[in-house]
Amino acid sequence: MTEKNPAQSQPEQTETTGKSEKKALKPKKDPRAKLYTPEIPLILASSPHFHTRDTVPRIMWNVIAALVPTTVLALVYFQWAAVGIILTSVSSALIAEMLVNKIKGEALTLLDGSALITGLLLALTLPPSFSLGGTALGSVFAIVVGKHFFGGLGYNVFNPALLGRAFLQASFPVPMTTWSWPLTARYADVDGITAATPLGLFKFEHVTSELSGLLTGNISGSLGETSAIAILAGGLYLLVRKYADWRIPSSFLLSVFIVSGIFWFISPETYPTPVFQVLSGGLMLGAFFMATDMVTSPVTARGAWIFGTGAGFILVMIRLFGGLPEGVMYSILLMNAFTPLINRYTRPAFFGEIPA
Amino acid sequence: MSESASFQISTFRRGVHPDEYKNLTCQHPSRPLQLPDEVFIPLQQHIGAPCEALVQKGDQVKTGQKIGDSPAHVSSPIHASITGTVAAVADFPHPLGGKVPMIHIKQDGEQDVWEILSIPDNWETSSKEELAKLVREAGIVGLGGAAFPTHVKLAPPVHKPIDHFILNGCECEPFLTCDHRNMLEQTDRILTGMAIKMKILGVEKGIVGIEVNKADAIAAMEARVKVLHLNFKIQPLKVKYPQGAEKMLIDAALGRKVPAGGLPMDVGVVVNNVATALAVYEAVVEGKPLIQRMLTVTGDAIQSPTNLIARMGTPFQVCVDACGGLKDETSQVFMGGPMMGLVQYDLQVPILKATSGIVCLQSSQLKNTRHYPCIQCGTCVSVCPMNLVPTRLSRLAETGKYEDCQNWGIFNCIECGSCAFVCPSSIPLVQWIRVGKVKSAEQQQKLKTRA
Repeated sequence: MTEKNPAQSQPEQTETTGKSEKKALKPKKDPRAKLYTPEIPLILASSPHFHTRDTVPRIMWNVIAALVPTTVLALVYFQWAAVGIILTSVSSALIAEMLVNKIKGEALTLLDGSALITGLLLALTLPPSFSLGGTALGSVFAIVVGKHFFGGLGYNVFNPALLGRAFLQASFPVPMTTWSWPLTARYADVDGITAATPLGLFKFEHVTSELSGLLTGNISGSLGETSAIAILAGGLYLLVRKYADWRIPSSFLLSVFIVSGIFWFISPETYPTPVFQVLSGGLMLGAFFMATDMVTSPVTARGAWIFGTGAGFILVMIRLFGGLPEGVMYSILLMNAFTPLINRYTRPAFFGEIPA
Repeated sequence: MSESASFQISTFRRGVHPDEYKNLTCQHPSRPLQLPDEVFIPLQQHIGAPCEALVQKGDQVKTGQKIGDSPAHVSSPIHASITGTVAAVADFPHPLGGKVPMIHIKQDGEQDVWEILSIPDNWETSSKEELAKLVREAGIVGLGGAAFPTHVKLAPPVHKPIDHFILNGCECEPFLTCDHRNMLEQTDRILTGMAIKMKILGVEKGIVGIEVNKADAIAAMEARVKVLHLNFKIQPLKVKYPQGAEKMLIDAALGRKVPAGGLPMDVGVVVNNVATALAVYEAVVEGKPLIQRMLTVTGDAIQSPTNLIARMGTPFQVCVDACGGLKDETSQVFMGGPMMGLVQYDLQVPILKATSGIVCLQSSQLKNTRHYPCIQCGTCVSVCPMNLVPTRLSRLAETGKYEDCQNWGIFNCIECGSCAFVCPSSIPLVQWIRVGKVKSAEQQQKLKTRA
């Protein structure tokens, strides 16, 4: 769409001197050159000729910036374990991406930030005690299978980080469900290092946890799923900048709240409160950073509402009636599978469309 | 709704807000360009049937003399814009690319002898048909850019009753300020032109839509409307692109949505540009055919950007030189604004009736742009004023699924450029949609001839 004026080669030629002029190949005569010979070479392109400053790398780096509060807290609570997992995951993702670029013979896509995001998000969903080898494996799987097997950036159906996590969950079920207290909590009166997550505690032992812990992050869980406030800060930044569709986290959280609220209302002793459901587990991280992944979520407004609502409903079903205490990953992956269909069937009515 | 000026600012849904760059030219008065030595008048400067030349090489022509006409209804005559001799009737470079038949007139001597139209003494007592005929004879077409013959627009079929006339003073494209300056400098004439048009249509309700970044124009129009005792409503509009598009303007001003595939007359409205209203005044009251217009010569590659009043057919180079010439390092020149403008490779092309501006940019916003695949971000969907899904349309066009293109509404696209403006992957969405439209139409044609 942008092509240099064919006559542009003429002014450049006059700059060469002496020997190089003889050696320089004469450009083929462009038959169009007979029509005109403007003095100034001009760029020809189809309209529009203006553009906002948003580019794909800009969006990706903004998402990374939004993840900084959560990452910082992960480092504070889990210290060296967090450092190891985050570094391994991110570097494996970048190396895998680079290798795939080389194999495909395309330009390096490291600087667009998408591989970094996948590595970082995967790290934030892992338990702090998970092995570094497993982390690297999961990260490579996420990039190679989750992203490039489908065709690369823009073509994947499933959220690559979540696909990596699903792979690890299936391959290493026990280490992936072994949790520990944050190191800061160790200095309080806590027995031992391993402990169940608040969701696990409720499901399997009917023990409720304090809500303040869920907000500040002083609880056990994966690296990123601890502090709701940190996630919210980053998430709201993305919504304001319009780098994430606000309808997805809104409908996701709202449907979780309403569906779990209905069950809690029917039987408060059996089911946890809706506030607990919204704040615990990977829901906050999933709603603001995983479900809002642009490539795997619908493009239309109505589609976004359907996506979030469906994910919320599936999540509550898994949490209350499924085998696992946590289901954000599966609920989002299942809705990702529906996205192409949702995109097709939520075509908005054209301006002035007369209903058939 | 009260008939006096409304202070409520309306708008339409979606759209974008590019940087305006209007302060390069909107503060200074316009100036007339001195008569060019030669002009090139294309035989087709309007939507509809092209004209046939009425003169040949060697003929002497006066300013305003009719030099081309067509018997078709949807057509408009062309007139000589300078006094001189016809040097040739041949193919010359055209702003739309390629070469088309044009009448080349060279000035002989410094004269400017006019041949004016025969006009009534008082237009207010003339009949609709007389006035419409005069509008046709003057060669007036839509000067907002579409160049649709005005006399056809002002005579809609009987089964489409019209109740509102909207004057388009929005000028939503960045850089362009000719409509703005016209509204400030020719206020009375524009309003009278609007009144003439409303008489031809037989309509009593008139609205003038102006974006709020032209506050002085809004104030001037409001003041003169009161003095002239016209009951037009001046509607301030939010500054958003593409507010000046007909369908968006009707939606913002009246809340009516033109049906998909339809025209403004389907909702009882006719829309015209302020410059067209001015041309109608000049034709009906002063007998001048359409042979000159105001255009904005601007951009960061022009030494002194200005609004010029130039004769039709003046080469772009003459206009650019009159504004101090191009700076070195010019990278793009286009006719029109940056959102829908046509790029030019040759400054010898002439000004058309539809030319509202020549924009010359040093720093192209398109250089060194890395292209990415579509990341399904949905920003294009959230800005498309026609409610389409540009990413899908472009992908369908790219993969040759032309029937699906129609189902997804490709023909409703007004090619405003909002989608490609925001695309973070820099995908040429509008270009793909244009390809899709052409190919879909071809395919439709093939199916028809086969059946």
